[in-house]
This record gives sequence, C-alpha cells and structure tokens, in this order.
Amino acid sequence: MTLKRRIGDTAVGMVVHVLLVLLACITLAPLFWLVCAAFKSPEDLFHYTFASPHPTLHNWRVLFEKEPIFRYVANSVFISSGITLLQLLTASLAGFALAKYEFRGKRPLMVLMLATMMIPGQVLLAPTYKLIYRMGLVDTYWALALPAAVSVFGIILFRQSMLQVPNDLLDAGRIDGCSEFRIYWEIMLPVSRPMVGAFTLIAFMGAWNSFLWPQIILQSQHRFTLPIALNNMIDLYAQEYGALMAGTLLSILPVVVLFALLQREFLAGLTSGAVKG
Amino acid sequence: MTRAPQERLWTLQRRAAPYVFVAPFIVVFCVFMIYPLCNSIWLACRYTNGPQSSMFVGLDNFRFMLRDPDFWTALKNTAVFACCSVFLQLPLSLGLALLLNARWVKARNFFRMAFFSPHLVGQVFVAILFSLIFLPRYGLLNRAIHGLVGFGLETKWLMNAGLVMPALVLTALWMYVGFNMIYFLAALQTVDKGLYEAAMVDGANRWQQFRHVTVPGIKPVAVFVVIMSTIGSFQLFELPYVLLQGGGPDNAGLTIVMYLYNTGFSTGDLGYASAIGWVLVLIILTISLAQAKVTGLWRTEP
Repeated sequence: MTLKRRIGDTAVGMVVHVLLVLLACITLAPLFWLVCAAFKSPEDLFHYTFASPHPTLHNWRVLFEKEPIFRYVANSVFISSGITLLQLLTASLAGFALAKYEFRGKRPLMVLMLATMMIPGQVLLAPTYKLIYRMGLVDTYWALALPAAVSVFGIILFRQSMLQVPNDLLDAGRIDGCSEFRIYWEIMLPVSRPMVGAFTLIAFMGAWNSFLWPQIILQSQHRFTLPIALNNMIDLYAQEYGALMAGTLLSILPVVVLFALLQREFLAGLTSGAVKG
Repeated sequence: MTRAPQERLWTLQRRAAPYVFVAPFIVVFCVFMIYPLCNSIWLACRYTNGPQSSMFVGLDNFRFMLRDPDFWTALKNTAVFACCSVFLQLPLSLGLALLLNARWVKARNFFRMAFFSPHLVGQVFVAILFSLIFLPRYGLLNRAIHGLVGFGLETKWLMNAGLVMPALVLTALWMYVGFNMIYFLAALQTVDKGLYEAAMVDGANRWQQFRHVTVPGIKPVAVFVVIMSTIGSFQLFELPYVLLQGGGPDNAGLTIVMYLYNTGFSTGDLGYASAIGWVLVLIILTISLAQAKVTGLWRTEP
C-alpha cells in the first residue's frame, strides 16, 4: 500500500469517527435530556436545556404523592414476569418437540404456525375481546396472560437453536434412564441457555411495553400497568412535565437492567433467525 | 414372554412425550388464535353494538369502508409512514451499518450499543418522551433548532396538521434506525472478506465492490428487514395514539389500527373493526408477497 493511500485512509477514518460520534450524541441526547428533566425543578425546565446546577427530587415527590406508582410498578412486574415465564415454558417445550421428535401432525402444525405469523394480530382484537367478555374475564389479569401465553415466534427460535443439539446427547440421557421430560429439563434447557436468555428479554420487553390489549381490557385503576397509567397521566400532568419524565425514567429502568444482564444473548438471538435463514 | 409392565410404561412415555410437549401450545393456540381468527370472518359480516348484540349485514361493512373518508385518511397516513420507513429509515440503517463495519472503526461495540439503545424504550414511553421533546419553548427539538438557526422556538409540532407526520417519522427514525442497523451489521459480517480482496485484485472500485459483493451478500437479510418494517409500519398504533392522544389535528396522525381501535372499542362496533382488520391483513399479505417476489426471495441462487 502506498503512503498516499494510507494518508487518505487515515483522513477517511477521522471523518467517519467524527460522524459516528456526532450521530451517537444525537441518538443519546433525548435519553440524557430525559434523565436531566426528571431531576429538574419546574422553574429550571426552561432555563437549562440539559442538566440544571440545582438537581431536585421535587418531581419524584409529586409522582409518589399523587399516584399509586408502586402499585403500577408491582402490577407491571407481576404481569410481565408471569407472561414471560409462561411463554418460556410453552415455547421451549413445543420447540423441543418440533426439533427432536417425529409425530403425527407435525408438518401441518408448522405450516399453520408460519401462516399465522404473517397475519397481523390486530385482526384478532375484536373477536378475542368478545371471547374474553363471554368468559367473564374483562378487567382481569387472566385476560392479559392467557392470549399472550404462547409465542409462535418463540417456538421457532427455540426449535432453531435446539435443532443444533446433537441427538447423541439425548440418547445418552435415555440410556442413563432419563424420562423425556427430564431430558428436556436437565439436558435441553441448560444447553439452550443462550436462547433462554435471549427469549426472556424479548418476551419481557414485549409484555412490559404492551399497551393496546391492556388498554382494551383493564378498567380499574388499581390494575393498571405502567404504560396505561403513564398514558393517563399525560393530560393530568400538563403542568408537571418533570413528574411525567420521572415516571417514564422509572418505567424504562427495569428493561435497561435486564438488557444489561442479557445483552450478549439478546443480540445474537435477535439476528440468528434472519442471518442463518 | 410379555414385556414387563414397567417397560411398557417407559415406551408409552416416550411415544406420548412430543404430544404432551406441544399440548399447552396447541390448546392456547386454538382458543386464542385459530378460533378468534375464524370468528373474525363471521364478525366482519355483522353490525355489532358492543360484544352482545349483532346483526348480519353481509358485505355491507366492506361497502361502507369504500366510502368512509376516515378509513381512507387512515390508509393514506399509514402508507405515507410505511414509505418513509422503507425509503428513509432503512437506507439510514444500512449507511450506519456500513460506517460501523469499516475495518478501522474503534469502539465498535460502544457505537452499536449507543445506536441500539432507543429501542429499549418501549413505544408508549418513547411517545411520552417525545410528546415533551416536541413541546414549544421547553422541548429539546425546538431548542436544538433554535440553537442552530436562531428561530423556531415556538413551533407547535403536534398541533399543526402539516407537521404531525414529520414528527411521527422523526420519532420512528430515532427508535428504529439503530434497531435495523443491528440486522444489517450482522449480515455485513457474514460477507466473505476474500470476495473483497478478489474484487480489488480485479480492479473494482468502492462502488463496484458495494454493488457486486456487498449487495448480493446481504440481500436475504435486507429483504427480510424491508418486509418486517413494512409489516410493522402498517401496524403503527402506540406512537401516534399516545403522542397525539388520538388522531391529532385534522386526523393527520390517524392510522389503520387506531381507526380499528376507535371503531371497535370506543364506538363499540366490533363487526366493522373486524372488517378493517381483514383489510389490514389483505394489505399486509399483498405487499409482503409482492416485495418477496420482486426481490426474488424465492429464486434459488445457483
């Protein structure tokens, strides 16, 4: 490589890095702004664009005094963890069966699953509501958890990752006298740990951020989840932007923490379906 | 000699295992997926008032939709948004992935995380955050514009019918450019480095390398991302619903799903909502199949 070429490369490298830093700043600015606003007094909101020199807990006090915010957090944690566990269990079991067994009706089942994946879930809103209404489950957590208990996408992810587990491993377990369920529990699940991690985050984020269906189902305030409660606060807090920002910050923290724990598995799991095809 | 009963039980549990494993899924799948799906066809042909009373009206719901100005507004808004996703957002994602994939980029993981981070914030929370970012005087966006060009501090983004769609597109850009970048980046990393060297030996310039090595290499993933973001765009609901607390001025932020929600759960006509749902299904299936066909997703590569 000639010297001239190398200098050219360095210049391009500089430009690219400056561009990347600029874009990263633009991307992170709204999040930084959110954190700053959550700790700013109402007077400082206009005076300082970002951090104010007088951080305050005023917004948090307003939020905790005026709203049963602990209740909303507890509701959200409870329902999201429940849905995540249900989806993990049903998806890993069904994914295991579809990856490692031959059974009657397997082909038609998979075709049906793939076909329903193409159908947008919103077409189900009205009939599912009617069904839930007739079951007498409107304004209950059952109405949130039952339709969300299975994830076709999750089954496909688990099937893909479990296909790669060698059959010898399973046969070794059978020779040692493991029942099929113990093979699932003590061999399959531990071996699929990365996919369990990835799907935990996918399922939890989906349940945590879910809005449309809870908005239809939930009516009593003491059952509200964070998205529903915060959406209702927009009008009430027209003069208290800071409190609304504190609530938003509080709502995104659990996902951020879970992501920090599971990011490696998550990013690998996210693209595995697309890249390996 | 007959086999010991214990051994028979053992064989039985092996035979039954797969059926037992898929059973929970199948039960929920049938009750909350297949049954409502069939039921929605039945519902789409009825006029309903709440979940209890309904009347058969045949295809009247679909006939009514053809002359329903709100439906056409919703369809137009959603289509504009989808076009912006595919033709504005995805090229940006690809550009960002190409920048990050350059071999001399330092701190690649940091940048990847930074660009991806908005996706951790759910749509509802993004909408709440941006409802304040778009505020006149206090909002970050107007202050940034004011700082750069010296005016525009009082722009009311969410009150002005002409600015609602740009505001929505901007919010979606922030949320999804980095998310789709992850897919492009993963695809770029699977492209064989040897192909670039071979192309360089043959005297191909940067553009020719991109055109003849990169593009074919990432094509399957690119098609997947295009189809997924089209489908996602047509399902747009939370962002405008929370950001505008409804359809916005002149219904400039009304989307198909928001209209479906309003008819079904504010007006109480579950029948018409199902009809809108089926039109959405048709639109999404047609567009994604067309995209798959045009881009040759099913053509087997030699």
